[in-house]
Amino acid sequence: MATLWHKAHLFDPSRASVSTWIFTIARNKNIDALRKQRRPEPEELTWGPEAEPEASDVLVMQQESDQLSQAMKALPGQQRELIEKAYFGDLSHGQIAAETGLPLGTIKSRLRLALTKLRQTMK
Amino acid sequence: MNTMNKITHHLSDQLLIGYSAGSLPEAFNLVVATHLSMCDECRAAAQSFDSIGGALLQAQPTENLGDAALAKTMALIAKGPKAAASKPVGSDVPDPLSAYIGGGLNDVKWRPIGLGVRQAVLKTSHAATARLLYIPSGAAVPDHGHRGTELTLVLQGAFRDETARFAAGDVEVADEDLHHKPVAEIGHDCICLAATDAPLRFSAWIPRVAQSLFRL
Repeated sequence: MATLWHKAHLFDPSRASVSTWIFTIARNKNIDALRKQRRPEPEELTWGPEAEPEASDVLVMQQESDQLSQAMKALPGQQRELIEKAYFGDLSHGQIAAETGLPLGTIKSRLRLALTKLRQTMK
Repeated sequence: MNTMNKITHHLSDQLLIGYSAGSLPEAFNLVVATHLSMCDECRAAAQSFDSIGGALLQAQPTENLGDAALAKTMALIAKGPKAAASKPVGSDVPDPLSAYIGGGLNDVKWRPIGLGVRQAVLKTSHAATARLLYIPSGAAVPDHGHRGTELTLVLQGAFRDETARFAAGDVEVADEDLHHKPVAEIGHDCICLAATDAPLRFSAWIPRVAQSLFRL
């Protein structure tokens, strides 16, 4: 929470939703704490002089973020569960296979199906 | 750092989710971050995966915090932020990689591994190994298979193997099923950033060792 406070001035609501931003900070904290390894980040894009985010961009970002949350809720249980495992279970596909007893091919295709569905909903 | 030529070989969804979720070893994160610095398409995809992570986080049930949590957080806030890491200076490689080399390609400490091929291992966590490979124009990395996953990102020049041609910005994702012999294209020496989570399997290790020992 303290990190969020200190980084709050870096948050740009036209480029990410609040939940995405919190997710990325929590993830990096987790890597620092548990894995004791550095996290290489992509090169910053140069956007030119920092302008105040446009209200319309912020609105679009909020709408997209709500839409994504709805789309995730609408996913069939199995697909949703696999996505959750891939993100929060800290598991590779091989480890998910071991835990769920599903063959690796099935996991890959279900995950792909889930992602395709999400992409279609977001179009 | 955008490359001029079009990138045709991208990262898989599996790797992008792993990068977003933070479940990849450091060496793989380095390859992903370097590729994202060169490839707008994968950068956008990575941001989408962060958004999925955000949506999952939002959907989690809330938990009650202990009574002391607020006081502790306020104390942490009062202490001020940690000093930010200094930004690397301009280099001929993308920033995330430059931070590991400690500069540009001229600062790399190469070691010969035979047949004119040189490598430099970069310091990461032990779960996987990251190395820079220097393959002279026309030279080949000996024929090998993989026990785990090997990511090879081209930084300069181009190479070909049994599957396709890989040029600057392209990344090849190789797994147990791929057995290949990458050859640098004639004209330019090829420099790659590679990460492996298991040792490679050379098909003919005796000639390779002999070659590197005797510089044949």
